[in-house]
Amino acid sequence: MSSESRIVMTIAVASGKGGTGKTTIATNLAAVFASRGCTTAYVDCDVEAPNGHIFLKPKIAQSWTSGVPTPKIDAEKCDGCGECGKICQFSAIVVIKGKVLTFPDLCHGCGGCSLVCPMHAIEEVEHEIGTVEVGLSGEIKYIAGRLRIGEAMSPPLIRAVKLEIPSDSIVLIDSPPGTSCPMIEAVRGADYVVLVTEPTPFGLNDLKLAVETVRELSRPFGVVINQCDIGDSQVEAYCRKEEIPILEQIPHDRSVAEDYSRGHLLVESSKDMRAYFNRLADKVLAANRESSTSKSASL
Amino acid sequence: MKVAITAKGNDLKSEVEPRFGRCQWFLLVDIDTNEVEVIDNTENVNRAGGAGIGATELIASKGAEALITGHCGPNAFTTLNAAGIKVFLGGQGRVEEMLEKLKKGELQAVEAPDVKGHW
Repeated sequence: MSSESRIVMTIAVASGKGGTGKTTIATNLAAVFASRGCTTAYVDCDVEAPNGHIFLKPKIAQSWTSGVPTPKIDAEKCDGCGECGKICQFSAIVVIKGKVLTFPDLCHGCGGCSLVCPMHAIEEVEHEIGTVEVGLSGEIKYIAGRLRIGEAMSPPLIRAVKLEIPSDSIVLIDSPPGTSCPMIEAVRGADYVVLVTEPTPFGLNDLKLAVETVRELSRPFGVVINQCDIGDSQVEAYCRKEEIPILEQIPHDRSVAEDYSRGHLLVESSKDMRAYFNRLADKVLAANRESSTSKSASL
Repeated sequence: MKVAITAKGNDLKSEVEPRFGRCQWFLLVDIDTNEVEVIDNTENVNRAGGAGIGATELIASKGAEALITGHCGPNAFTTLNAAGIKVFLGGQGRVEEMLEKLKKGELQAVEAPDVKGHW
């Protein structure tokens, strides 16, 4: 076994803007690491629109529903005091004219209402928000979440998905787009973050937001510019000015788009793409070594 | 009867604010005595979610029995209903004009929300 095959590292692939290529980067990096003999896991945390399965075609071994605990009121015991409504920061439970109303869609499942209820009139019942599935795609362990249509809150499901992450692997986390709670939940705790962007004003605007977020989370990160030959050079200039490493620039290519639209892994169908992704994998590993050395040096 | 009206400013000449949960001001008018109470709704303007529910709690606690606003989503409507507050939608123009219409019986209380949440 080579030393590389025993690497344990969590890489989150995120972006501000949607549609920049997170899933492409995450699935192909997973395939590259697996082909090197590394124990690899791909984790689809984009639970509102999980699509890594299109490229990895996993065999699902197990799936189960996941939910948040929401309050159920025993009207016999409730005296309408309103303590539950006062503690809830999300208006998921309110007491109006002595009547308790609950809004399961707004509930974050903290359990505060049942803790403060002096009459012990609140029981917690599971409100299903989605499913978690685990399986295998070749040698790659596949873990994904799927939010139930109409549900507003994905972070509890993302947490449930992340509980399944094995501790002995290189883990590729496919993050939801944006920079709000779901993205933060997905990226939190990653050893390294790959921010995928495109060289357009939209790409740049949202990259800046993502950079601010990842800096706030104190995660080391680098940028991949996808379709680097469309658009302009503003993203590159921004990265240089901010001293952000550009890990890889992947050109726009019609045959790549065709492979993608057929659900093929690019590293399997194109030698060029294999080279890009191998180089990217090396850079991410090197950046991780660097950041863990500087971490231990500063201890 | 006390009527809460969503407003862009804090007097009767202000424009009606079409949003309920996140309006800046409520003008609570007693249509029998013409007394006006100005209610600052900043706490709900800044809420992450559930603004309509919070706004209902606020006006209910001040004794509102009716509401005039532009639109109302499902969660707000459920809460307003539970609070026994009549809902008049489609409010526009100045607050005082809507009050006149209400007094003349030109407004019709609605039985259902007219928009989805976060419209």
